[in-house]
Amino acid sequence: MSSSSLKIAIVGGGLAGLAAAMRIAEAGHEVDLISVVPVKRSHSVCAQGGINGAVNTKGEGDSTFIHFDDTVYGGDFLANQPPVKKMCDMAPQIIYLFDRMGVPFSRTHEGLLDFRRFGGTLHHRTAFAGASTGQQLLYALDEQVRHWEVDGKVHKYEGWEMLSLVLDDHQVCRGLIAMNLQSLELKAFYADAVIMATGGPGLIFGKSTNSMTCTGSAASACYQQGARYANGEFIQVHPTSIPGEDKLRLMSESARGEGGRVWVPKADGDARAPQDIPENERWYFLEERYPAYGNLVPRDVATREIFQVCLEGHGVAGENQVYLDLTHIPAETLTERLGAILEIYEMFVGDDPRYVPMRIFPGVHYSMGGLWVDFEQRTNIPGLFAAGECDFSIHGANRLGANSLLSCVYGGFAAAPSALEYAKNVERGTTETNGLHDAELRRQQAINDGIVASSGGENQYKIHEELGKVMTDNVTVVRYNDRLKATDDKIRELQERYQKISINDSNLWATQAVPHARQLKNMLELARVITLGALNRNESRGAHYKPDFPTRNDEEFLKTTIAEYSAEGPTLSYEPVDISLLEPRERNYKKSSH
Amino acid sequence: MSTNEHVHKKKLTDPPKTIKFKIQRREKEGADAHWETFEIPYRRNLNVISALMEIRKNPVTADGKETTPPVWDMSCLEQVCGICTMVINGRVRQSCSALVDDLLLATGGNTITLQPMTKFPNVRDLKVDRTRMFDHLKQVSAWIDLDGTYDLGPGPHISSEVAHERYVYSRCMTCGCCLEACPQYSEDQYIGPQAIAQARLFNMHPVGKAEMDARLNGLMEENGIANCGNAQNCLQVCPMSIPLPRAIYETNRDITVNSLFGWLKK
Repeated sequence: MSSSSLKIAIVGGGLAGLAAAMRIAEAGHEVDLISVVPVKRSHSVCAQGGINGAVNTKGEGDSTFIHFDDTVYGGDFLANQPPVKKMCDMAPQIIYLFDRMGVPFSRTHEGLLDFRRFGGTLHHRTAFAGASTGQQLLYALDEQVRHWEVDGKVHKYEGWEMLSLVLDDHQVCRGLIAMNLQSLELKAFYADAVIMATGGPGLIFGKSTNSMTCTGSAASACYQQGARYANGEFIQVHPTSIPGEDKLRLMSESARGEGGRVWVPKADGDARAPQDIPENERWYFLEERYPAYGNLVPRDVATREIFQVCLEGHGVAGENQVYLDLTHIPAETLTERLGAILEIYEMFVGDDPRYVPMRIFPGVHYSMGGLWVDFEQRTNIPGLFAAGECDFSIHGANRLGANSLLSCVYGGFAAAPSALEYAKNVERGTTETNGLHDAELRRQQAINDGIVASSGGENQYKIHEELGKVMTDNVTVVRYNDRLKATDDKIRELQERYQKISINDSNLWATQAVPHARQLKNMLELARVITLGALNRNESRGAHYKPDFPTRNDEEFLKTTIAEYSAEGPTLSYEPVDISLLEPRERNYKKSSH
Repeated sequence: MSTNEHVHKKKLTDPPKTIKFKIQRREKEGADAHWETFEIPYRRNLNVISALMEIRKNPVTADGKETTPPVWDMSCLEQVCGICTMVINGRVRQSCSALVDDLLLATGGNTITLQPMTKFPNVRDLKVDRTRMFDHLKQVSAWIDLDGTYDLGPGPHISSEVAHERYVYSRCMTCGCCLEACPQYSEDQYIGPQAIAQARLFNMHPVGKAEMDARLNGLMEENGIANCGNAQNCLQVCPMSIPLPRAIYETNRDITVNSLFGWLKK
């Protein structure tokens, strides 16, 4: 490595990680890219509906400022405003860049980019590629980064999982330790700076819409080494998912963006097929309660309404399900604009949603919270940066649909120059020879050895299942303090039992048992952050809803929750939110002007 | 139109009490393969992955022998990442979208057979290494060569028709079904349909066209497009219904035209 070339390690090869890698390589520097799966298979592929940017092609008078306002308002004013503004200002350029990279965006008759509506806005602001936009955007970055790989700027470590940071005596990040998922070999990575781009922690809830790689394990490892974790209690439950045995499959918000309507039969337990229920015997509860936004209210609002309707026994066939109905839209239009997601429904449920209303229910989807970063994507650990879903910075208390792809790319684009700027100025000293990395590697190897040797008889998958159940039951849509308290007790019990697990695989080659055990430990730590953050926040804001404290309380809680690790559990503190650009106001989607 | 026509799927009306999974095991690459059978209670809505998760929790064979848990790859579980591809009842496909009820209906029995893909190095059990498919993408320069990623305004006008056609190719998730089913592909001596279709995707783009020569040259190497035997198995197994034979035909046509013009240019 020449002295002018800097080495940045990026953990995670989804949109945020690849966006950062591309920018660092373009600036002439080197990247070690560490990913648990081949980067083309990252969770970003699951994003369906689109990416927001106020390009204003429909004569609606949309602007990046309105996008900014919608995002802050949609997030119930919990986000620090300056980075949100920067993101919304950059959004049209980001969409144009992906257009130049060859993403097959859906087009208008004239051959221009087409835009559709999404939740929490009244404008057509969402660019889309059919209904597989995340897949298409990820592939575009995958291709660009492959080009840089051929040019020798990016070195990929696919099938490697990060275990810990290498921190020096002054808590400065000097690299990381990762594990090869086939051989279980550990390797120390030296880096001038490290960017975390590891996505969300959905697997803490057992079943979610997330990919099986979304454990939050790496972010949790950073937290346990001193990185602050912010707003952990803000977990988005997507209103429309398809319940399954192995996961909850996402049914994109674009289904409602294209006109999908949510309803239940007016008569509880109505046994007729949905098509046989006449219009005046259907209850379109979102349209009735939110005349301005209708089915396109933000996700937290839609989720609570659907959840409540089912809780009161009005769900289809008395079960936890409501109809999401597209059948009034011509089949050809649906195929063209939503084909990919309709295929997913048909494949897993067996009905064709062009003709039969879909049955859906809310499912854990996204973490607004994550590693704390400043406005330049810097964590509190010098040399450690974060971008994408694993950082907390953009979405406040609730994320708007089609803002996630945007925030991933924005985060990557912001983290790259910030990390380079840091790396240029940091004193390297004897980092590569002082034994720091070897010591950390030995510490991690000892943890692995301990897992292999442990023989207390507890089953790691059983512990994970119990964690998922207690989190889903108590730390999702509706939250009560006594149940949150009991959940934390349960997590601590699971942590005790974790000490006594026996892995059930005597063949350590490519075993899933050791990596899962490492992830499980980290999930349990992060579960406490989420649960105690929720327990302490006695108000209702965005996705965080407590019936005992039903309103937003700006006086006490217009604050970012900060969790810091201690051996006894997370220590919580609060810091003020930067509201320098927009005055907080009441959030009300019943009316159109906000 | 009545409802029933569009509820395509035949439902399994009389499910068995238990289901058997006959799984091909291998400790590591190069080790001998052997079979183990696992039996789990039938539940509604199982797919192959949820059955494997059930087996992993308590790996005991149908005849009561304790064994190691089968290893497989999984990620998105929505048939869009491609990682969980394996051979199920003799057919290559993604295991997340392989629903147990459908498999039982198709066979009439209660045994489901799982094997790793055969055309790639077998890491362990059902897990394979498809790194070479990503290398194939390098060989055909499967990207748009940009001036830079800074703000240079919108991309070129593209008609809705071309965008549609490109979208179909752009859904390829590099799962490897086409290579597994291709009679011409065995020891990685042929680049295969995936990479050819990706070359087509970029050759169709107004800016991507500029690198058409490099892509076509990549496909004229020894492992190139000439190895296609036109069996069209790829079309049958592609989970994204990508018209792979058409990509091969059109790329062959481009090569012919290009070499003709190349000769005229001299």
